[in-house]
Amino acid sequence: MANTKNIIISGVGGQGILTASEILALCAMEEGLDVKKSEVHGMSQRGGSVVSFVKFGEKVYSPLIEKGSGDVILAFEKAEALRWRGYLKKTGGVVIMNTLEIYPNTVSLGLDTYPENIREEFEKYNVKTIEVDAVKLSKEAGDPRTQNTVLLGVLSNFIDFSVDTWINVIERRVPPKTTQANLKAFELGRGVIK
Amino acid sequence: MKKAFLSGNEAAARGAWEAGVHVATAYPGTPSTEILENVSKFKEVYAEWSPNEKTAFEVALGASIAGARAMVSMKHVGLNVAADPLFSSSYTGVNGGFVIISADDPGMHSSQNEQDNRRYAKFAKIPLLEPSDSQEVHDFIKEGFEISEKFDTPVLLRLTTRVSHSKGIVKVDERKDVPLKDYKKLPEKYIILPAHAKKRHYFVEERTIKLREYANTSPLNRIEWGDRSLGIITSGISYLHAKEVFPNASFLKLGFSWPFPEKLLKEFLDGVEKAIVIEENEPFLEEEIKFLGYNVEGKKYIPLVDELSPEVVRKGVLKEELERLPDGKGVQRPPQLCPGCPHIGIFYNLWRLRATVTGDIGCYTLGALPPYRAMDTTICMGASVTNAHGFDKARGWDFTKKTVAVIGDSTFVHSGITGLADIVYNKGNSTVIILDNRITAMTGHQHHPGSGKNAKGEKTPKLDFEKLAKAIGVRKVYHVDPHKLRETRKVLREAMATEEPTVVLSERPCALLPEERKKAKERPKKVVLTDKCKGEKCMGCIKLGCPAISLRDGKAYIEPLLCVGCDLCQQVCPFDAIVEEGQNG
Ligand SMILES: Cc1ncc(C[n+]2csc(CCOP(=O)(O)OP(=O)(O)O)c2C)c(N)n1
Ligand code: SF4
Ligand code: SF4
Repeated sequence: MANTKNIIISGVGGQGILTASEILALCAMEEGLDVKKSEVHGMSQRGGSVVSFVKFGEKVYSPLIEKGSGDVILAFEKAEALRWRGYLKKTGGVVIMNTLEIYPNTVSLGLDTYPENIREEFEKYNVKTIEVDAVKLSKEAGDPRTQNTVLLGVLSNFIDFSVDTWINVIERRVPPKTTQANLKAFELGRGVIK
Repeated sequence: MKKAFLSGNEAAARGAWEAGVHVATAYPGTPSTEILENVSKFKEVYAEWSPNEKTAFEVALGASIAGARAMVSMKHVGLNVAADPLFSSSYTGVNGGFVIISADDPGMHSSQNEQDNRRYAKFAKIPLLEPSDSQEVHDFIKEGFEISEKFDTPVLLRLTTRVSHSKGIVKVDERKDVPLKDYKKLPEKYIILPAHAKKRHYFVEERTIKLREYANTSPLNRIEWGDRSLGIITSGISYLHAKEVFPNASFLKLGFSWPFPEKLLKEFLDGVEKAIVIEENEPFLEEEIKFLGYNVEGKKYIPLVDELSPEVVRKGVLKEELERLPDGKGVQRPPQLCPGCPHIGIFYNLWRLRATVTGDIGCYTLGALPPYRAMDTTICMGASVTNAHGFDKARGWDFTKKTVAVIGDSTFVHSGITGLADIVYNKGNSTVIILDNRITAMTGHQHHPGSGKNAKGEKTPKLDFEKLAKAIGVRKVYHVDPHKLRETRKVLREAMATEEPTVVLSERPCALLPEERKKAKERPKKVVLTDKCKGEKCMGCIKLGCPAISLRDGKAYIEPLLCVGCDLCQQVCPFDAIVEEGQNG
């Protein structure tokens, strides 16, 4: 539907994508919106490519994002941004991608090649492209497992939720021992865009 | 009223609990697994992982006959395993309400086929409920228990991957405790001797007539009048995709879709100029409608294969697409065995031995993919053991001595035991490798009779695979640690060369289990000494298939975020180029 916001969160199994999409969806709920999120469990979690769709607005029907209707791709791994390009809307789409590259064994075994010039592949279609070194920022925040929160911080600049909503939900959802690091990670991510 | 953000599976558990369910059983299988995982958290509910779907079904049916509200959940192919009691239960009917949940997998995200289990409802002549989202799953399951008790029938609640694994906002309630129904001995109902079953078949046909009438007024079915030039008949997740593409059309939205509500259909068709059916996979509704003599089209627009989505609906019906950017190049990133996975040791060796491998279903099915490609067949759970026996009987000892069956521990208990009995009983000579990683890993780590714990995490007796194999009549049972690569290869060679039934127990816990993760954290990671590594010219460690190892700039590279320090790569590197972090050889 035209009035929903559609976010594609992609990456590699084990990167914390499902936690990130859960936090985003709970923020939407806290803001009083209807929200759905969809992802597939099972085979994809053994290091395979993983995607989670989050849609929110006044009323959400299908949990799936239609190709050509995505507002933002939030990619935890670089090549996993490009894979989903067809889901972005033709104009005004945004891609936020981690600079981390994880080579699958198909590349090492010579069965496939890792995509090149990913940034250019978006920019040539005038997609606003933001690269983030979430590995570095998460270490700065004090815990390398907070990469997903760094990326949510960057995303928060493109979504109309109050900062308090984000902070409340993050505090509720992350393990208590890591709250400080996660809040710091969120702040660092949010600060990437000035 | 309280609101929660729940997946379809969580909503099923919650709804069942609210409906007062007493007994819940299941065997894991994507996309159904989280139903039992969640219902087992409620202290009022007895919940169990059963050894397979047939046992799960029969336990739940037994509980229902005994007067409890009971439910059983499984993935679509699980209902094939439970099909025998399913058909009988339609004849016996129930005492306490009995709901069967089948979670189908259109698109085959993690399954071996795309069967549409709505056909089972019609085949077994029991009512079919098809919720579209989490709220409906929650509401329909409660309605399901009512229908079951009112009409003396099991009820099939059919979910699909996108219903089970999508999350949405659900208005939840509190539990209503329902007392057990009285138990009465009713041989004519519960013993399906031919003489009794004949009478019960009349009962089933009369029940179907009553249910068909009821479907017309069921609150789960509704007409949404909109633009009358197009009417869409749909159910389950397909409703939501269609609603997204045609927000203004008129809808006949079916939640109780078999027996088919003919009167409602007629009212709908009379009110619209043109009607089409939008449904995923099989033309189930379309066939019902055509059989009733109405002229509607569905599969003319909507493909039979793969899951539906808004774009498939748009392309099929309107022959158009949204304006969009071109698809980007994706790198093939198939799932892989985890770093430190016990199965790596077995498949690396089976590849080295160039063995013929009849395979089975579990994490270890990934042994079929590169770099190992060490699998020849995978059919259904348990078939590795029996396929190997078939190979043996077809081609004889010269072939069998190079063949092994590979089966996971959970899968062996599910349906491998009878196959092993077959091999011994019919004088076969196959070698069966049981991959004992102490858990049902593939579906997200559920306990099973060989793991020593039950669904509630309590300690229970652990099935002893060696004693079981010996009791069946296997004389030679070997034990190996698959992470001792050379020793494992030696044992595999010996077992395969033995001209009688042999069992190899490959024993090492799944690398994702908490105790193993803890050990991994305490171990130093490995690094590659690039000056010693021969990289592309060697490929020794790449062929191991550990996802932490890749080739970068012509040399092996170990990703520190992934490495668990297990040392398998050190065992295979011929140049001592892999060392512990902080050492330099
Ligand atoms: C009839 C049926 N039920 C359930 C499943 C889902 N399923 C696939 S593999 C598997 C069990 C895997 O456990 P195990 O054999 O222990 O191997 P592991 O994944 O631990 O290596 C299950 C439950 C299925 N494919 N077919
Ligand atoms: S989950 Fe366990 S058994 Fe499955 S691939 Fe990973 S380590 Fe191996
Ligand atoms: S030690 Fe070697 S084989 Fe084991 S996880 Fe690390 S890189 Fe992989």
